Amino acid sequence: MAKAYTPGLKVSARTTHRTRRLLPIPGEVKVAVGDVVKANDVVAETFMDGDITPMNMANRLSCSAGDVAGLMLKEIGEPVKAGEPIARSKGIFGAFKTEVTSDADGTLEQVSSVTGQVMIRGAAIPVQVRAYLSGTVVEVLPKEGCIIENDVMFVQGIFGIGGETEGVIQVACSDHGETLDADAITADMKGAVILGGARMTAAALRKAIEVGAAAVVSGGLDDQDLKQLLGRDLGVAITGSETIGITVIVTEGFGDIAMAARTWRLLAERAGRVASVNGATQIRAGVMRPEILVPLEAGENENEIDPTLAREAGLLELGTTVRVIRDPYFGLLGEVSALPAEPAVLGSGSRARVLEVRFPGGDTAVVPRANVELIEG
Amino acid sequence: MHADPDVPALDPDRIKVIVATDCGSTTTKAIMIEEVDGVYRQTFRGEAPTTVEEPFADVTVGVVNSVTELQELSGRRLIADDGTIIRRASIDEKDGCDIYISTSSAGGGLQMMVAGVVREMTAASAKRAALGAGAIVMDVIASNDKRRPHEQIQRIRELRPDMVLLSGGTDGGNSTQVVQLAELVAPAKPRPRFGSAYQLPIIFAGNAAAQDEIERVFTTQDDATGGFDLSVVENLRPTLEQENLGPARDCIHDVFLEHVMAHAPGYDKLIEWTDAPIMPTPGAVGDILQTIARTQGINAVGVDIGGATTDVFSVFDGTFNRTVSANLGMSYSISNVCAEAGMDDVLRWVHLDMEERELRNRVKNKMIRPTTIPQSGEALVFEQAVAREALRLAYQQHKEFATTLKGVQQQRTVGDVFSQEVGGSSIVDGMTLDLLVASGGVLSHAPRMQQTAMMLIDAFEPEGFTTLAKDSIFMMPHLGVLSSVHEKAAMEVFERDCLVILGTCVAAKGQGKLGKPCFSYKITGGTTADGALAFGDLAMVPLAMGATADVEVTPARGFDLGNGPGKSVTRNVRGGAAGIILDARGRALQLPEDPMERRRAVTRVVEASGMYDDLELAPNGA
Repeated sequence: MAKAYTPGLKVSARTTHRTRRLLPIPGEVKVAVGDVVKANDVVAETFMDGDITPMNMANRLSCSAGDVAGLMLKEIGEPVKAGEPIARSKGIFGAFKTEVTSDADGTLEQVSSVTGQVMIRGAAIPVQVRAYLSGTVVEVLPKEGCIIENDVMFVQGIFGIGGETEGVIQVACSDHGETLDADAITADMKGAVILGGARMTAAALRKAIEVGAAAVVSGGLDDQDLKQLLGRDLGVAITGSETIGITVIVTEGFGDIAMAARTWRLLAERAGRVASVNGATQIRAGVMRPEILVPLEAGENENEIDPTLAREAGLLELGTTVRVIRDPYFGLLGEVSALPAEPAVLGSGSRARVLEVRFPGGDTAVVPRANVELIEG
Repeated sequence: MHADPDVPALDPDRIKVIVATDCGSTTTKAIMIEEVDGVYRQTFRGEAPTTVEEPFADVTVGVVNSVTELQELSGRRLIADDGTIIRRASIDEKDGCDIYISTSSAGGGLQMMVAGVVREMTAASAKRAALGAGAIVMDVIASNDKRRPHEQIQRIRELRPDMVLLSGGTDGGNSTQVVQLAELVAPAKPRPRFGSAYQLPIIFAGNAAAQDEIERVFTTQDDATGGFDLSVVENLRPTLEQENLGPARDCIHDVFLEHVMAHAPGYDKLIEWTDAPIMPTPGAVGDILQTIARTQGINAVGVDIGGATTDVFSVFDGTFNRTVSANLGMSYSISNVCAEAGMDDVLRWVHLDMEERELRNRVKNKMIRPTTIPQSGEALVFEQAVAREALRLAYQQHKEFATTLKGVQQQRTVGDVFSQEVGGSSIVDGMTLDLLVASGGVLSHAPRMQQTAMMLIDAFEPEGFTTLAKDSIFMMPHLGVLSSVHEKAAMEVFERDCLVILGTCVAAKGQGKLGKPCFSYKITGGTTADGALAFGDLAMVPLAMGATADVEVTPARGFDLGNGPGKSVTRNVRGGAAGIILDARGRALQLPEDPMERRRAVTRVVEASGMYDDLELAPNGA
């Protein structure tokens, strides 16, 4: 138990970020090393085999499977159109012939003499990969994709929904502790990445979708509101493919919780700048968190000390700022004021290693080490 | 390796010191088993983080680290200078062990897709074979699964299985449909998750007459990905009345070792090190449960509830079944448990005031930060309520899956007219269940054993007499592999060190009116008590761990405790921290509909069992 706490999420004022942009199957890479790309540029492209449409031809022609090949009007490899005759039975004395038309557009791929099944392969499906992050191509992975690099401000959220998007950052709340309500969302936020503060309400999210915003980033969200938004109860935390018309990123957690002050300040200072945002979250082995990337100019944010790096080795010590991440003190920030070595008995009756936190008001509380995370800055 | 004919078979008499590891997704657990005074005992344990991922990317690093901990604790040198595990030349030597064995679920375990012609028959048998071998079944494709062929193909394309098990047709029967199924799988070209150079293994265990055609389908595919690696084994459903899962299961294990494991970092070395084939962790747990059931002549159910999944294993009358409920668990999947069961069903087990909006946020916060632990009493009560629902749902899925064979023709007489059962009734029977074994964090680490016992009883609803136990340090996987090379040692350690007996549940089957007589009891031997319980009551009689007592119960009319309605039963029962739990709440367990009445009923049980006595309330009343 060298680390009995959850390390905080990464919030970096300036970092060199690399993003891998890969095709799901081999294809053509459209960029070269050194190319400067915009977030929206296509960097790799391929075609996937088209969908297969099986047709039970023996049944339709009322013949044996072995006879199907002889009754086909098209050769294997020949293109076919939906509704076009592709097989004809011999009929009785040349009359009462049955004609079967193709169920789909595509190419005749296979005729089975065992099952009498005919396979039509549809047109190839194009698959494109966009750059997502504006930057420079630093590596090309032949036939697979490329790696794009840029100096960015990097903010990881805790949970998100919706996939990759980009937009200009617009600030809707005046403070990191302010609730994001519908009246803070205005029509000029179309295509924007909206920065809230603490909890975002269901009404605010509906309004954001209505005005056509690209994304909303805020501290917290009520699960009941999430359920309303998705139209279902989210069971498993594997997200990114939702199509609700917006990407949502929660930076801190569920409930009424303020965004970490530093995260909010860093994002608010970049108002008017373009950000690449991805809500995809996977909380499983190989965890994936949602992210906000803001490409930076040379020299920008360079003097901002990055407490993430200072705490990277990240062992808890007296004076470290932590946030409690489980009830009954959920969301409260404080300083570590004692680190007893021996496990203690909790209110639940379990024994666990604990620490003492001093909250800003001076009150202290003993909490399990597993229930705090480091706060950078 | 094990298959090498030059390696002599292991002589059980020469096995005195055993080292076993279980390489899990996050932790590698090592245990040492030694013969002490003629009896095998588990003596030391060590653990270390699993090292399948970068920067190590070699599973043996974690194995060596965990075994090094054993070495330090035991004072016995186990790791040689070259970093391998030392084997002794003779049992007189001070250092080294006699055998080293391992299980593995690292790297996501074994992920399979199965296909069969009829969903309820061959496809169900194929799924049973895959699950029994310890696999995660990603999907079952069947000719009659109500999906259109192009939808099935689309699904096959989306999945990235480690291997495919294909079955269908009885021997000598119709071969068209199984070939048709193969013709769907082959052009869909499922992409394995290990990259394009990996030849996807296909195991065919269907109609023997279709073998040639199947070979044709899977070898004529002109595929840039390298195509398929086809293995053909005996039909897993040679006739409708017979299921023959052994050959398919063995083949899955072989393919798992040769293909899947060989692609996981460091496994080539680990395979060389072990003296018995590496088994998928759940497969090993299934093996030990079967060995216990067979050697003791009992019916047993085992459950392992994790953060993401819940595994249920059962052996009834010698028939083994395993199910994996992929999205029922206590951290990653906690939100899914609440979504599937519904918050009302979770909260019915809670005797305290809780606010739903707040709870929903807490559940999601646990999901996004899975490593947190309940601090307050309320958080514990709520978490254990969720566990009851997760276990109940997983067991329900298990019961629906563990059935007699479907499709079997039944001889019926006139007398059967009023009791006709469709084929495929569940073989899981709460009344004939003898032993219920729990493992997994929320059950193993509950602050009080009464809590574990009550979670098991509420979720599994055992009937009659059932011994409740938990796996002390989750060593069932190790013992499962050990049982394949040294059954006696595995059984001795299981009884003495693995199982912690919680107590015995005595529960009446039937329904009645609250407050009306349910059953009377008389206990003699290790403890003495007598009395009567009204319907809706629950009582606990202390009986120390290791002690036994004779319990005589006489049910009221309409209630059954094992000998039929109204008939007395006497059994010798085992004690434990929870003692003897006398449960007169009826089966199936139904809590009152009215919320106030239900709260009173749950509070009565909480008080009678003492499971939450002296519970501290959260300082801010949350």
